[in-house]
Amino acid sequence: MKKARAKSITTATLLPKCPTGIQGLDEITGGGLPRGRPTLVCGGAGCGKTLLAAEFLVRGAAQFHEPGVLMAFEETEKELKANVASLGFDLAGLVQRKKIVVDCVHIERSEARESGEYDLEGLFVRLGHAIDSIGAKRVVLDTLEVLFASLPNEAILRSELRRLFRWLKDRGVTAVITAERGRENLTRHGLEEYVSDCVIVLDHRVNDQIATRHLRVVKYRGALHGTNEFPFLIGEDGISVLPITSLALNHKVSAERIATGIPRLDAMLGGKGFFRGSSILITGTSGTGKTIIAANFAQGACRRGERVLFFSFEESPNQIIRNMHSIGLRLEPLVKKDLLRFHSARPSLYGLEMHLATMFRAIAEFKPHVVVIDPITSLMDSGTDSECKGMVTRLVDYLKAGQVTSLFTSLTQGGHALAQSESAMSSLMDAWILLQDFEGNGERNRVLYVLKARGMKHSNQIREFLISDRGIDVVDAYIGPSGVLTGSARAAQHSLEKAAVLATQQEAAQLKREVERKRKALDRQIGDLRSDYEGEALELRRIAEQVGTRTFVLGTERAASGLLRQADTKVPSITRNNHRNGKTV
Amino acid sequence: MKTKTIKRRPAAAKRGLAPLWQLRLYVVDQTIQIAGSVREFKAVCETHLKGRYRITVIDLLKHPQLAKGDQILAIPTVVRKLPSPVRTIIGNLSDTARLLVGLDLRPAA
Repeated sequence: MKKARAKSITTATLLPKCPTGIQGLDEITGGGLPRGRPTLVCGGAGCGKTLLAAEFLVRGAAQFHEPGVLMAFEETEKELKANVASLGFDLAGLVQRKKIVVDCVHIERSEARESGEYDLEGLFVRLGHAIDSIGAKRVVLDTLEVLFASLPNEAILRSELRRLFRWLKDRGVTAVITAERGRENLTRHGLEEYVSDCVIVLDHRVNDQIATRHLRVVKYRGALHGTNEFPFLIGEDGISVLPITSLALNHKVSAERIATGIPRLDAMLGGKGFFRGSSILITGTSGTGKTIIAANFAQGACRRGERVLFFSFEESPNQIIRNMHSIGLRLEPLVKKDLLRFHSARPSLYGLEMHLATMFRAIAEFKPHVVVIDPITSLMDSGTDSECKGMVTRLVDYLKAGQVTSLFTSLTQGGHALAQSESAMSSLMDAWILLQDFEGNGERNRVLYVLKARGMKHSNQIREFLISDRGIDVVDAYIGPSGVLTGSARAAQHSLEKAAVLATQQEAAQLKREVERKRKALDRQIGDLRSDYEGEALELRRIAEQVGTRTFVLGTERAASGLLRQADTKVPSITRNNHRNGKTV
Repeated sequence: MKTKTIKRRPAAAKRGLAPLWQLRLYVVDQTIQIAGSVREFKAVCETHLKGRYRITVIDLLKHPQLAKGDQILAIPTVVRKLPSPVRTIIGNLSDTARLLVGLDLRPAA
């Protein structure tokens, strides 16, 4: 469907179009209303028919140099000027510069009596005169149907209206005719049967006490057009129609990474933080610290010299600044430097569309690098599911198209299934960080984990994050036998582990000492043994020497005595050995 | 104003018997039976307001800017400017009875 619309804008140039200058309407109609033909704008009371018609005329005169005639059947010129002036249109000035002629037709039935046949040539003359006087290209007939109440003869009126539309076409003016919505038909008096070229229906519906205006191009002969119902709103500068899917999915993507403002969180996101231009969702129940993370992110961005626009739907700017002060975040200097801008509004102040439009306007004006929406869920309460999803889609699209990094916080209702409650949004988000409370041991602690982060390596760990007056600190959570340990349980576990380590260390030291002692004892024993051995060896040597000397002395003494006794020398018994050898051979 | 005044009887007004009636008849040249309408209308005025009326016939093709002042849409239209309140009668005045009622010359039946 998106492609189809994009195509229609480029191909449907066959029929000459008359640009309205109304934001979004030209996009839907592929360039504007059919030129030189009448267009019917119908809708109930208070849905902005007159304003749409007036804006068509005023913008035509001011932007497209097409003078116009406004023929009003309901309001006086003075009222009209005042009404459109409140929306920033200088009708009076345009009238003065002869760009627009306002002719107020005022007839009351009580004043008029009928006597015989008549026609509406007077109206034609007036209109013709007005057109000729300024060379008008555009004509607005605001609620022509009043004539049905004023002129009793409907047969004449109908034939004259038919003639009027024919006449308008012949004059070649682009006309907008407004009409009251009927019960069964598009218009109360069936004007649609005369205007066959383009019919736009406006609608003002109240859903859950919040009113939203819708616009639909019912018919556009000879051109492709968006047939959906588009929300529109009347803002300070006129009407803006917001096509839900005017943007195709072709944003530029950036590989640049930006820090989260919390170093440990960066580490969890592959060490670098989020992608620029991505959309980030932070969900958690109340009191889990969503705003704090958002504020940290904002501060981090401001420190890099980027502009941050902070939409706050629950707290006033001063309250946020004060609260963040308590955790050591000083935002007011950033606000003074105009790096950080707050935009606070109650969600119930107006409908979703109005919120969206004011946000768009604020973003277009400030051109931020980072947008924080805190929280998106309070906005979502003011619309139905599909409306909200549409709104978030458009917002994300818009921001992504502008390479703006967006951070949404989302309040999860207690007891809701997390993933389910966020299903509308989570698929639109590139990164999702979940904050949770852990209750136990009589205390409540906060943990955080990265549920998803498209396109980057990220930690799967649950981390406890501590909020102190120095800011946020993300620490490892302990995984104990009973689950994740946080807070004092984590501290207890921590000291328990410390004690265990200490005990092991002591044990080891003792063992070491023991071994040392044993070694020393061994050494001593070895020394003793060695000295024993050495003593014995010495003794042995001494004995051996003694024996040697004695033998020598004995030998010499024997030789001396042998000499004295003339003893013969001992002969070795070799011959006997030889004899035994010869016998065996 | 380049309109032609059909009848003027200042003497009647001066007498102060009844207020002077100022009547305007708006026509567009090409529309049907204008001549007849004007004639008929004059006849009615002669009958009921003899001597104290003034009729101005305005051709809107010649003076389109005048249509705005009296809020003219239908043609032909008779506007009774005086005596007040202003009365407007639209149509070709063929229905004399309704014309008289419209001009307050005869109470509504």
